[in-house]
Amino acid sequence: MIAHAIFFYTFSIIAVVSAIMVTASKNTVHSVFFLILDFISISCLFIMIGAEFLGMIMLIVYVGAVAVLFLFVVMMLNVAQQKNQWFAGQATSKHIPVGLIISTLIFFEIVIVIGGWKYKPEIFDINNSLANTSVSNTHSLGQILYTDYIHVFQISGMILLVAMIGAIVLTFRQRSGVKKQSYIKQISRERAEGVEVLEVQSNKGVKIDD
Amino acid sequence: MSIVFQEVYKILFLLVPVLVSVAMIVWLDRRVWAFVQKRQGPNVVGPFGLLQSLADALKYIFKEIIIPSSSNKVIFILAPIVTMTLALIAWAVIPFSATQVLADINVGILYLFAVSSLGVYGIIMGGWASNSKYPFLGAIRSAAQMVSYEVSIGVIIINVLLCVGSLNLNDIVIAQQNMWFVIPLFPMFVIFFISALAETNRPPFDLPEAEAELVAGYQTEYSGMMYAMFWLGEYANILLMCAMGAILFLGGWMSPIDVYPFTLVPGAIWLILKILLLFILFALVKAIVPRYRYDQLMRLGWKVFLPLSLIWVVLTASYLFYFNLLPVN
Repeated sequence: MIAHAIFFYTFSIIAVVSAIMVTASKNTVHSVFFLILDFISISCLFIMIGAEFLGMIMLIVYVGAVAVLFLFVVMMLNVAQQKNQWFAGQATSKHIPVGLIISTLIFFEIVIVIGGWKYKPEIFDINNSLANTSVSNTHSLGQILYTDYIHVFQISGMILLVAMIGAIVLTFRQRSGVKKQSYIKQISRERAEGVEVLEVQSNKGVKIDD
Repeated sequence: MSIVFQEVYKILFLLVPVLVSVAMIVWLDRRVWAFVQKRQGPNVVGPFGLLQSLADALKYIFKEIIIPSSSNKVIFILAPIVTMTLALIAWAVIPFSATQVLADINVGILYLFAVSSLGVYGIIMGGWASNSKYPFLGAIRSAAQMVSYEVSIGVIIINVLLCVGSLNLNDIVIAQQNMWFVIPLFPMFVIFFISALAETNRPPFDLPEAEAELVAGYQTEYSGMMYAMFWLGEYANILLMCAMGAILFLGGWMSPIDVYPFTLVPGAIWLILKILLLFILFALVKAIVPRYRYDQLMRLGWKVFLPLSLIWVVLTASYLFYFNLLPVN
């Protein structure tokens, strides 16, 4: 039990500190690395409460794919420089008051939601929780997702697909004059199409038209 | 307290053989490469040159570690450590027999997949922290490449899981008692093998460190022991991918024929033999295939492997459903 507590507090302290460092660190790439550390410690916490499937999926999806793309974008943009200018007070941004208003709104919304939160009384009954059943949590998650909530599950998948197609459509531009390699065309070419044997006369040369 | 020591012994019994075999596998890689090209390869240090890797390691240890003054020092030092650690922690879930496994967890295959998808961070960190053109280009290439090929590896794993009905690695091995998955899922095995080449940055997909274009990619600024750690991590990752292929498709620790003299051989030996077989294939590919162009690499990942493996998921699922073979527990 003591070991459990030690691990819990270690991971949660790392999670909280790295979450603070995401916003506090001056270098944008550092904040993405802190975000990754945060994701990893959160997934460790998931594993500690017995939700090993969720923890692993968190690692694969967020750390393995989403954060890589974050890092990719942040490394490409020159955000660090811009941010330092704000800190130095050389350039005032019009976005800061808007951002403050929106964040206060969201803060109060969260306060309202959490203030009115009520748990089902069964949840506090330890004998009733999923962790104590003989079924592994991968199975129990599947049995809930693919039976009772199949429509919600499918709709959320559809929304993601639509978002993906939308992003592709919005950023797609057709450029003219780009040479593309067509494998079928290359392989199906005959010798007669590509090679022509010419009789070259001395001092005349050949006229090649292309 | 004794339980802690017991676990530490177990971990050492796993890690030391892994590290020694990584050194040996580097030698084997170079020998196979030389054999294909009708050269001798390393054959001077020790019998058959077996101690060549040891000599190389000593050389790396005594070389100076140079940290570029314009680099981001913390991340620069962290990068090889991350690569090495991730390559080693994944071995915790590899089963060497029905009982010989360090951590027999429920979601073993997901753990392996997660750790191998984290491997990209060592390379990105190294490339970015070097603060130099070639390492950065190499890091960006490798990030795009590894993320792309992870997708097809994930779908291939789903194929195998459909036939097993469990995420535990030992269950996956036991499910192949009657027939190794390499027979019914042969196209998936081929795609897995090629994706594993791309995932570990092996030739013909070694674009992140393409020496003709990028000097040495993300490793350009590294020297001494830090370079050696990248190198060890890379080979430990290759071995890990071979182990994953052996477990998913070649029956893991099970003997190829279920008859008397073969079943006496311990499971670890069979697993090692299968890993070696896959590794020799890796080494042969390195020797005989030229490097891919980057757009061809992306096309192969997204336009060929992803649709193929998705179609195969549909086929496997419908076959299992129609003939009522779905594993239920």
